[in-house]
Amino acid sequence: MSVQRNAVIFAWILLLPAVLYVAVIVAYPLVDTFILSFTDASLKKTTNWVGWVNYSKIFNATFAEVIIRTFIWTFFSVSIKMIIGVFGATMLNSAVPGRALFRVLTMPPWIVPMAIGIFMWGWMYNGQFGMISGMLQRFGLVDAPVAFLAQGSTAFWATIITDVWIGVPLVTLYMLAAMQAIPQDLYEAAWTDGAGRFYRFRRITLPLIVPSMITMSMLSLIATFNSFDIIWILTRGGPSGETTTMIIDTYKTAIGSNKYGEGAARAVLICIFLSIFCVCYFRVTSRLTSGDKR
Amino acid sequence: MKQPHLLIHRYKWYEIIGIYAGILVFLTFVLAPFVEGFLVSLKPLSQLFSSPYRFIPENGSFEAYRTMWVSVPGFARYIFNSFFISTIVTAVVLVLVVPASYAFARFEFKGAGLLLGAFLAVNMFSGAVLLIPLFRLMRTLGLLNTYFAIMVPGVAFLIPSAIWLLRTYMMRIPRELDEAAFVDGASHFYTLRRVILPIAMPGIMVVAITTFIGSYAQQFIFALTFNSKSEFAPLPVGLFAYFGRQEVVWNELMAASFVGIAPAMIVIFFLQRYLVSGLTAGAVKQ
Repeated sequence: MSVQRNAVIFAWILLLPAVLYVAVIVAYPLVDTFILSFTDASLKKTTNWVGWVNYSKIFNATFAEVIIRTFIWTFFSVSIKMIIGVFGATMLNSAVPGRALFRVLTMPPWIVPMAIGIFMWGWMYNGQFGMISGMLQRFGLVDAPVAFLAQGSTAFWATIITDVWIGVPLVTLYMLAAMQAIPQDLYEAAWTDGAGRFYRFRRITLPLIVPSMITMSMLSLIATFNSFDIIWILTRGGPSGETTTMIIDTYKTAIGSNKYGEGAARAVLICIFLSIFCVCYFRVTSRLTSGDKR
Repeated sequence: MKQPHLLIHRYKWYEIIGIYAGILVFLTFVLAPFVEGFLVSLKPLSQLFSSPYRFIPENGSFEAYRTMWVSVPGFARYIFNSFFISTIVTAVVLVLVVPASYAFARFEFKGAGLLLGAFLAVNMFSGAVLLIPLFRLMRTLGLLNTYFAIMVPGVAFLIPSAIWLLRTYMMRIPRELDEAAFVDGASHFYTLRRVILPIAMPGIMVVAITTFIGSYAQQFIFALTFNSKSEFAPLPVGLFAYFGRQEVVWNELMAASFVGIAPAMIVIFFLQRYLVSGLTAGAVKQ
């Protein structure tokens, strides 16, 4: 009995530093965000309780646009990441010479500090002298230089592509690990029965990596929804707000114009969306795991 | 490590061509910016700002790698800052996370699941969402414009995934080992220090590497918002200030980026085996 109790006390002693740290640096600010969102906090010394004003202020046409834009941006970014990631994992999972090297070569975008990868893309998107515009012109696909970051429609896709580029290594390696965890005997059995390569992929690989795909999409959805560096460095939310996502909008309001209260209200909305994603995720995964009887 | 049946892995010639073509397309997308960035760093500025676009540099030279030290005066300092910040952050994360992971991996106590869930929920919020209260907190603690302003929030957001990874790793260590030590009269603390830590070392290494990389990547937003002194600026922010100027000296910026990321690249080449297993350990086996 007392041994048991000792163990529990010891466990809590081990946990305490990490718990306290996260409580002060994450949990407290989270609570503070909610409180701030009902005040007119700014650079001024005094702060007043303003009730729902910040929330009613942000619900207008521009903000609705920001929300919709954020969802479209996130949706395309995550989908393209998943498609390229599964494609890359399938290729790297083939037993061809050199695959160990190819796997290493997949990692740089993830390993390099994000900002530096983004600088490179910034130059590639340059209108007059950049690589992408230059290549497109050379192959005769466009007549005049395209300044990708200067027009809303192209800037939107340019930021998505850069986000995909940064996220792809992680998705690929994760999906590759999922594929390698599939028991070989399944393939061998199917192969003995005369199943072709595509059939085996469609009937064995794909169904068995679905749980990992859901997990990865979810993680990537959360990361993408929170994505700040890419848009901030490439366009700062411009031109004329056409790449402003919720995070960028929050940053501009809170840090750019020092309206902490209004910024906090925006941050609260982001938290709500993130929580909804998480709940959906747990629903889906618990259904999946209860589906297969162990 | 069992020998796969070779016949099943035998590809027809067109399949091999298809696979290599697929890998080529995939790696082109992944690596193109690096190739282009490197070529840009070799080109003289006059050639960069000339139409039509040329991919291959003419009279390319490593001139930019010399001149950048003069044009970006704080460059060496930025690299040092990045490493310094990431090293301290990694050390603090390990000190907090190793005991916590052991507690989660081994002990059954009320609320363990809930607490683990709470830790994982932290992963949901990036620093960007909590920037406003964090800014106020840093100001109250008097940490604005110091190294701590970048390190303190950095640690918090790296703890959850580190716990998750290390807990999974520690759960694979056979329980009999701690039980044997315990029966021999070893205290809990002694067991952790003398039995578990040495065995968990490879797992701790993986966590250290991924935390270091994570810290290197996330410095940008905290440094941008909580620090305005260039002597504490890490590499990404130092270069960003440079990048934001009217006339960007692209060849030097790229050269500086490459010098800045070289250490990380060397790390990948030596530790890639650990990295792949580390990234996926917590994930696939659940």
